[in-house]
Amino acid sequence: MCPIITQKAKHMSNSYYDPADLRKFGKITEWSEELGNKFFDYYGKVFEEGALSAREKSLIALAVAHVVKCPYCIDAYTKDGLQRGITKEEMMEAVHAGAAIESGATLVHGVQMMNKYNKLSM
Amino acid sequence: MEQSILPKTKKGSKKSLKAQENELAETNRQLEILNGGIFADGELPFFKDKIAEIGHFPLRPNKLEILQINVGYMCNQVCEHCHVDAGPDRKEIMTRETMQQCLEIIKNTEAHTLDLTGGAPEMNPDFRWFVEEAAKAGIKDFIVRSNLTIIRANKKYYDLPDFFKKHNVHVVSSMPHYTRGKTDKQRGDGVFDKSIKALQELNERGYGMPGSDLRLDLVYNPSGAFLPGDQEAMERDFKKALKEDFDIAFHNLFAITNLPISRFLDYLIASDNYEDYMYALVEAYNPSAVANVMCTNTISISWDGWLYDCDFNQMLDLKVASKVKHIKDYNEDILNDRNIIISQHCYGCTAGAGSSCQGTVA
Repeated sequence: MCPIITQKAKHMSNSYYDPADLRKFGKITEWSEELGNKFFDYYGKVFEEGALSAREKSLIALAVAHVVKCPYCIDAYTKDGLQRGITKEEMMEAVHAGAAIESGATLVHGVQMMNKYNKLSM
Repeated sequence: MEQSILPKTKKGSKKSLKAQENELAETNRQLEILNGGIFADGELPFFKDKIAEIGHFPLRPNKLEILQINVGYMCNQVCEHCHVDAGPDRKEIMTRETMQQCLEIIKNTEAHTLDLTGGAPEMNPDFRWFVEEAAKAGIKDFIVRSNLTIIRANKKYYDLPDFFKKHNVHVVSSMPHYTRGKTDKQRGDGVFDKSIKALQELNERGYGMPGSDLRLDLVYNPSGAFLPGDQEAMERDFKKALKEDFDIAFHNLFAITNLPISRFLDYLIASDNYEDYMYALVEAYNPSAVANVMCTNTISISWDGWLYDCDFNQMLDLKVASKVKHIKDYNEDILNDRNIIISQHCYGCTAGAGSSCQGTVA
């Protein structure tokens, strides 16, 4: 077999998203150490207990993960929620909160459409 | 795709692995998995190498504090995560003769804690006799690990809360979640309601009440392929929910990580979670938990009197690396001068805040 193809097959899957890539997230620092470390420091700090509990932030992260449609983040924050004892009902409500804002964001543009329609119409 | 070293296995049986004649009932097969695959390939580091980095290999005991005695593998439940592979079909239980030998040890030990476990220890026909005799030794902390449902399983167990109180036994009970769904999924239908009733009965005797000397602690194991969250936060959530919904009080919650052995290993493989779980354990490795892992202050005794570094090594049949391997030759000084046997399952006790039968260690 061609060694280059074998090599490629080892590092690339046939899909844009590979669940195993989530484990390698930390490796982004290898190609830009300073920025990568700054990001992970910031990220870690954000999710510490603060004015909001780490539990509340985990649910916000889960909702946002769905809105930005990040499969890695959905895996990560479903697991994070389970670890924190968050129930599936709470998780689903968080997803609906995200979905409601996302659909609301679409629908509120309906006002722009109505304005434009009215302006152009006699 | 590469040939997997993992066995094909199916989920949700009500029998022990042993009764199913599942290949994972063989401890050598479990060790082959734990020592092979992603570890042998070099994808993940061996536990031995991780603790060598901080000068803890070979791992050595500190002062002996806890004698943990497993009085048998028989249990009224068949929990999916059970590292003992316990169940009604397990017939290995400690005889009174072996208990006699244990009593000699209990009278003379330096340990301040005696910890009876199983299976359901209460199902051993000599359990009450043993507790009565052991209580006379005046050991400081006398724990019985009760699965709660046993108290409601049969009329002959209904008086257990009174029996525990009479002998000032410290009750440590498993309770996977404060919601019915999660509890029953891990431990079987009806387990939640029976556990709630048992906790209320213990509370009625004064167990777990604020300021009470009758200690009642709960053990939380994750019901799935994930690690436990922060123990204090979980304790807050459990206390709030159990108080509000059922007027139940308890003292402390111990968050215990499921170790990848026996039925939990079977579950991980069947649900295709094994590799991710091992990655999660290794990623969560906390060097500061190593010095206090429970094998450094515990001796585990099996139903037939063999000695182990911990209950997990007992289930993997890894007897202590000492001249003294059985209670008939028991000698604490010789026993404490040994190297602790480790494998990759040990990552379960060093993940995050660490894990032991007494909860976090770091």
